[in-house]
Amino acid sequence: MKVNMKGTLLSFMGLGAILLAGCNDKLAVLDPKGPQAQRQADDTMLLIYLMSGIVLTVLAILVFMLVKYRASKQSPDYEPPHIHGHWLVETIMIGIPVIIVIFLSFVSVKSNYIVENVPQEYEDQEPLVIYASSSNWKWHFSYPEQGIETVNYLYIPAGRAIEFKLYSYGPITSFWIPQLGGQKYAMADMVTTLHLAADNPGEFWGRNANFSGRGTAENIFDVTALTQTEFDEWVTEVHETAAPLTEEKFDELLEPGHLGKQTYTGTHLEFSPAPEHNHESSDEEDEEDHSSH
Amino acid sequence: MSEFFAQFAVPHPSTLIYIAMASIVLGSIALVAIVTYFKLWGYLWREWITTVDHKKIGIMYLITALVMLFRGGVDAVMMRLQLAVPDNGFLDAQHYNEVFTTHGVVMILFMAMPFITFFFNFLVPLQIGARDVAFPRLNNLAFWLFFMGMGLFNISFIVGGSPDAGWTSYFPLADNEFSTSVGTNYYMLALQIAGLGTLMTGINFITTIMKMRAPGMTLFKMPMFTWSALIANLIIVFAFPVLTVALAMGTMDRLWDTKFFAIGDGGMDMLWANLFWVWGHPEVYILILPAFGIFSEVISTFARRNLYGYTSMVWSMILISVFSFAVWTHHFFTMGQGAFTNSIFSITTMAIAIPTGVKIFNWLFTLYKGKIVVTTPMLYALHFIPLFTLGGVTGVMLAMSAADYQYHNTMFLVAHFHNVIIPGVVYAMLAGLTFYWPKMFGFMLNERLGKATVWVMSIGFVLSFIPMYITGLDGQARRMYTYSDAAGFSTLNMVSFVGAGIMSVSFLMLVWNIWYSFKNSPRDIGSDPWDARGLEWATHTPIPHYNFAITPDVTDATSEAFWDSKKNGVKLFKGEIKDIHMPNNSGQTFILSVFFFIGGFALVFSMFTLAIISLIGILACMGYRSLEDDHGYHIHKEEVELIEKKYEKEGGAK
Repeated sequence: MKVNMKGTLLSFMGLGAILLAGCNDKLAVLDPKGPQAQRQADDTMLLIYLMSGIVLTVLAILVFMLVKYRASKQSPDYEPPHIHGHWLVETIMIGIPVIIVIFLSFVSVKSNYIVENVPQEYEDQEPLVIYASSSNWKWHFSYPEQGIETVNYLYIPAGRAIEFKLYSYGPITSFWIPQLGGQKYAMADMVTTLHLAADNPGEFWGRNANFSGRGTAENIFDVTALTQTEFDEWVTEVHETAAPLTEEKFDELLEPGHLGKQTYTGTHLEFSPAPEHNHESSDEEDEEDHSSH
Repeated sequence: MSEFFAQFAVPHPSTLIYIAMASIVLGSIALVAIVTYFKLWGYLWREWITTVDHKKIGIMYLITALVMLFRGGVDAVMMRLQLAVPDNGFLDAQHYNEVFTTHGVVMILFMAMPFITFFFNFLVPLQIGARDVAFPRLNNLAFWLFFMGMGLFNISFIVGGSPDAGWTSYFPLADNEFSTSVGTNYYMLALQIAGLGTLMTGINFITTIMKMRAPGMTLFKMPMFTWSALIANLIIVFAFPVLTVALAMGTMDRLWDTKFFAIGDGGMDMLWANLFWVWGHPEVYILILPAFGIFSEVISTFARRNLYGYTSMVWSMILISVFSFAVWTHHFFTMGQGAFTNSIFSITTMAIAIPTGVKIFNWLFTLYKGKIVVTTPMLYALHFIPLFTLGGVTGVMLAMSAADYQYHNTMFLVAHFHNVIIPGVVYAMLAGLTFYWPKMFGFMLNERLGKATVWVMSIGFVLSFIPMYITGLDGQARRMYTYSDAAGFSTLNMVSFVGAGIMSVSFLMLVWNIWYSFKNSPRDIGSDPWDARGLEWATHTPIPHYNFAITPDVTDATSEAFWDSKKNGVKLFKGEIKDIHMPNNSGQTFILSVFFFIGGFALVFSMFTLAIISLIGILACMGYRSLEDDHGYHIHKEEVELIEKKYEKEGGAK
């Protein structure tokens, strides 16, 4: 079978094109609606361009070598030389990856500190704290400040930083709202903190992204970003209409299975507090937590 | 009594599982009948089960790996079929969970591991000019322990239920509270038994390579595959004990309700994740480094040139092995370890791209000024370079911790590691299989069919896995047995299913090729059909059980001793034929391994009396061995000369 090098080249180019075309602004991760997701989408696009460059370079060299040094293009008595290596070539081929990795390390570290902190745009105001805890296979959202608890849906004010406190009443789950920012684990024995914000009102979806047993696929929730006024109205409305969350009711909710959206006044934090003896070593809040013990 | 048998039942019986049960039972009956009919029991026992010959042990690993490739492949196709359309009812959630769990375990531990171990066994002694490995009987024991672990794992889905907590088996999901079938017991015990075998292999091959190289073969004259084997085995020896300990703790959590990882009473679920990945990430390099070794052999052979930058190749592998232990927490960037820790591990992870990049460029420059012949093994290597580069760069994307918050646990991640493992490990294994096939079996696989297989496989691969990058960025999380039409990934998942179908065709073509070539290929191929370069080609085909009649002396040669002897007239076989000392076969290792199997099975179902009986059996075997005198035997000079003459008459080149 004769190998068609041009065909190979074209098919790989096509592959690259599909990849790039796939990354249009419709994909959830590349359609960010908040500052943290924006940073992650920017990093992703930067990486896609840089990485496509590397793949295409390797491909170009490969095709060049294959076209130029095929046995069928050479005289039968040609004996390839014995080449050990060349210091300049080897320096370049070590040097370029080193430079790329150093550059990406700077970007990565900077992004880490951005994503792990209150979004810069909304630094001037106190973040809204929401406890998001998972149980098989539901999400419980507690708003301690507002004295409200919801199941499987979130209302958040747009234009304000949200500080999620994540933990689990069972296996490890991962709290993820792609358009607002990347995920973080919720575990039974510690509380993790995730900073997110929505720039404008809108509707998003979120899910548990970590496998946690039979019902994981349906372990999803809806997120609605409202204006501050609408959010306040919703809070008032809940206080007027919803039933209080009792300990018995909450134990019932924890039973394995799926539930629809539910709303309660009061939070489970009062009788079933979060495991806030957290082990995060590099978090500034860590010390505050320990001092409170 | 019925309660006793009830525990062996599958927790969620389905037609598919009944079909599997029936086919396993019928297959076993057929196999036993065939072996009995042809009176092969004695032959199997003498020539294979009890063998200490590294070549035969290698071939047994190869057969296991190929069978498991199909077992894991069927799992893969079932998953892609389930996800091909939204809201599909082909598999229920529990069954899907078991399928992806066993797919992961089978492909990594019972397909890829034995495949590389086949190459360690078959190639390393030949490449270093040795007659066998350092501890031949340990080698047999290592195989049988591995095999019994594999067997124990594979009976899980017809007796008691498969593990369902993912191949990473994260606690607390994997503890008794959330994973109620015995499936995870199988996981813990089968991996433990197979892992012990792997650890023995590691020790054996480090010793073999350090102590048994031919005269004149300094470390920097070793063929590249032997280097990769040495480093991979060093990683095995450092990494597998961590798995052993983690599995022992996990077993205690499940069988005796200790609380190492289970939640409550101070159990730490993160401890499992740490221990698992302290083993699990180096494991990735245990697989990929030998693959790099195979590609190095194949590329230099068919570029008809020496490997470019041999020294930098070696050092890059050494660096990769060191870095491989410094990156494990990137598997849980999202576990809330904070910006500082994530930054450190983000940088160490990306740093691995440097030595890996060096290797890619070394292979590219090996083509420079070469005389490239595109054979089937070479075609695998040529497809590997761009596909693996794509997998490598998406790995760098995942290493960017802040951005990884968006890729973690998604199909993007699934696409990445298949993009590394399939073109990296699987292509290397198949390239090596095709390359060394004539050395093992004395005939070549069909080239036309072989090349067509590579193309079909690559097309199938691209269609299966590239769509996953896109659905991952669109929010498709992994390990989800279904999704709704509204999610919008239906088309790409269908493409992926079609790709999986095409890949399956390529594997069937491989089987067909083996059958077709067995029937039709010429048998007069000599001992060096590829015009190859390494010492492994300097002996006859088929390889005599003593490998080399005279130990080769490679003092005057480079790392490509056989090439030097062909082209530059370097004399490899100096001196004359002497008596050759060989080890005896042994059946104890097999019996010992059977006790391990019974003991493992007993523990899965908490049948402690049986477990204690098999423990006594294990100790008895070990006691017997420690009192046994076994000095091996000699093949006399005259006999060797006779065999060598026979080869010369039949035209086997030397």
